[in-house]
Amino acid sequence: METSTETRLTPEPDATEPLLRMRGIVKRFPGVRALDGIDIEVRAGDVHCLLGQNGAGKSTLIKVLSGAHQPDDGTIDWQGERIRIIDPQAALDHGIATIYQELDLVDGLTVAENIYLGHERARWGVVARADANRSAAGLLRRLGHPEIAPATEVGRLSSAGKQIVSMARALSHEAKLIVMDEPSAVLDQHEVRRLFGVIRELAAQGVGIVYISHRLEEIREIGDRVTVLKDGHTAATGLAAATTPTSEIIRLMTGRAIEYAFPDRPATPPSGEPMLAVSGVSRPGEFRDVTFSVAAGEVVGLAGLVGSGRSEILETIYGARRSKAGSVTVGGRRLRAGSVGAAVAAGVGLCPEERKSQALVLGESVGRNITLASLTRFARGGFVNRRDERRAADEQVAALDVRPSDVERHVRTLSGGNQQKVVLARWLLHDCRVLLLDEPTRGVDVGARSEIYTLIRDLAESGIAVVVVSSEIEEVIGLSDRVLVVSDGAIVHDGPAAEIDEHAVLDMVMEGKTAA
Amino acid sequence: MKTDIAVASEQPDTGRRQPGFAALFSGPAGRSLGLVIALVLLCVVGVITSGSLFMSFDNVMTILRLASVIGVVSIGMTFVITGGGIDLSVGAIVALASVWASTLATQTLATDTHWIVMVTTALLVGGGCGLINGLLIAYGRMAAFIVTLAMLAGARGLAEIIAQKQTQVVTVDAFVDFFGADVLGIPVLVVIFALVSIAGWVLLNRTTFGRRTLAVGGNPEAARLAGIKVKRHTTLLYVLLGLACGLAAVMLLARTTAGTSTHGLLYELDAIAAVVIGGTLLSGGRGTIVGTVLGVLIFTTLTNVFTLNNLDTSTQAVAKGVIIVVAVLLQQRVAARNGST
Repeated sequence: METSTETRLTPEPDATEPLLRMRGIVKRFPGVRALDGIDIEVRAGDVHCLLGQNGAGKSTLIKVLSGAHQPDDGTIDWQGERIRIIDPQAALDHGIATIYQELDLVDGLTVAENIYLGHERARWGVVARADANRSAAGLLRRLGHPEIAPATEVGRLSSAGKQIVSMARALSHEAKLIVMDEPSAVLDQHEVRRLFGVIRELAAQGVGIVYISHRLEEIREIGDRVTVLKDGHTAATGLAAATTPTSEIIRLMTGRAIEYAFPDRPATPPSGEPMLAVSGVSRPGEFRDVTFSVAAGEVVGLAGLVGSGRSEILETIYGARRSKAGSVTVGGRRLRAGSVGAAVAAGVGLCPEERKSQALVLGESVGRNITLASLTRFARGGFVNRRDERRAADEQVAALDVRPSDVERHVRTLSGGNQQKVVLARWLLHDCRVLLLDEPTRGVDVGARSEIYTLIRDLAESGIAVVVVSSEIEEVIGLSDRVLVVSDGAIVHDGPAAEIDEHAVLDMVMEGKTAA
Repeated sequence: MKTDIAVASEQPDTGRRQPGFAALFSGPAGRSLGLVIALVLLCVVGVITSGSLFMSFDNVMTILRLASVIGVVSIGMTFVITGGGIDLSVGAIVALASVWASTLATQTLATDTHWIVMVTTALLVGGGCGLINGLLIAYGRMAAFIVTLAMLAGARGLAEIIAQKQTQVVTVDAFVDFFGADVLGIPVLVVIFALVSIAGWVLLNRTTFGRRTLAVGGNPEAARLAGIKVKRHTTLLYVLLGLACGLAAVMLLARTTAGTSTHGLLYELDAIAAVVIGGTLLSGGRGTIVGTVLGVLIFTTLTNVFTLNNLDTSTQAVAKGVIIVVAVLLQQRVAARNGST
């Protein structure tokens, strides 16, 4: 492994045997070929990025690699030897570790206990705690995060901290290949920076990394090579991450040349009586003295880091958190603080950050999820008129172009973008006047994003006051008429989106400074 | 700008209708079909071992009368479990309601006025216990398991105190006459069970209340953020079950013509077992009244078959245990095939 750094720096394709070579991988599910001949090669010390839309086969491929799925055809060569990965334990034994999007850590155990879960450091069945803590500390140091104490309970760590613990666990298996499924999705920009530092360090030590992300700019920054999947095929592999043009990558992913674009803003910004007015709202420890207003038809974006208080502000407006001071008025009428019911009745809708856990009843149909907030409208004397309900749901599905357009389908089987449309449909059906969107495109693939953006703009044009929160500054600026910057629980800037750029926002976010 | 992207899900095998035999078992009706087959098999065993004795009208009514009391409790339990809860105190509530409704004072008042006093008392006691359970669970943020475990101990203890561990014979003849009567040859108790089942089915499948129960059980956070008053709804579910227990107590009083603190022993286990083998998810979010009714009928028919063959209750208990495990195992396989666990 000592030559790995050189291998990485000198691009001699066939000079060394690749760490991993997968050829012609096929995986069938009843009725579908999820993988239909995937070829991929990963070299030691490489950061190999895997791109593809939802359904392209990324998740299935990493499940094959981690031993969770058995391929129906194809070969896997690991360090030059033909292997079969029969179960997750076998993958770990070979040194292939996978860090899933939903981190599989046990909140109630300590950092060290999590790292060695399943292969505890023990003597005669008694866990050697001090030994485990010492080794864990070593791993964390190696990852550049010595500040995480091995004896801390994992539940008390931030998402970023948990990410690091997962990586330490991978290293504890002496992983030579680490697969990371969208590790940046839950991190803010600052934390992503630090994660990249760790990844670079691991790659320099000769560990191969398979990195999955929806964010092209990240791949440019951290990746060495790119493999693009489309509909279960390898569309292209071994592309240079730094130099392949964006248009080319998008063309490979979609089969067409598109770039996701933001819809045009109206030439004259909407004005008039504020539909939503937030005045002096505070929650000690989260945010203070937040004041802003949104006119009907206006899109206002809240930019800020995770933990800056931006999501908390939205949830407080919605009544899911009780404000300790100030007032929220909708259409001139003051909302009762801390009452979701009052907000919903006044026509406020929230599309929460965690779509699956906070918005959708996954085991229910698309139609029932859409009508959930407006059930009383279809009910007489408590009885639901199912024909009316069905018709209303069908109309929303058609209007928002939810695919597949089947209201009976379980909502869990939809892609992220379509699930988001279902949540939007719920509030449209409710005739909402104020729509609060928290991370509207999280887990939504590049192609579907444009659709969501267009939809949001259309909604605003129909007279809804929209508030958008997003970790992606580009998205906040591109989507909004007006941008508010939240830093450290306070609004530090409020101005037209057209007059500010990403760098200026980043400056304020990082430094907490007000624009001059 | 509309873009034409693929919408295939990450798990392409879920949510599809399977063709062929498996499809029979996939729908809500299909899940019940398995239970119907089990019930028919049990009846076949009954006919083979006991012949005409089993098939006689009287015996069928005996089974149904036996099923009606626990059946009413199980219908209520279906709502609580579908809503993501559990109630271990049903048997104790039935005992307390039966004792309270048959105290000397209550019966004297009933004799002087109307037997409906006894019914009202039982319903109030049951509903009241349910309200306490619900308030502590929803607003006190305590685990349902713990709250209802406490109620299990407390309610039965209170029943013993009130009854002084004596059996209280029901002396209000009008009460016994009314509930002991037949309507068109069918016992009133069975009619009540049928009515409660129908009402339960309508409530769960056709009303906003039922729809919200599914949402609260399926994803309470999403339900809350959709504007549903989750705490109030949860409380109402326990009140509903409490009322069902009160009604069951009335039926038990009529059937046994006595109130005692030992009524309803182990009802919590029988009710939960019936609900679960019926196909209601123990984790909430999916519930079936038809399944619950079939579950109750399977257990009572089993008891009947065993009794007719002079087999003891211990053997029965073993058979029950086996049935629960087998039924749930089968359901899991069906659910896994449908990808909708």
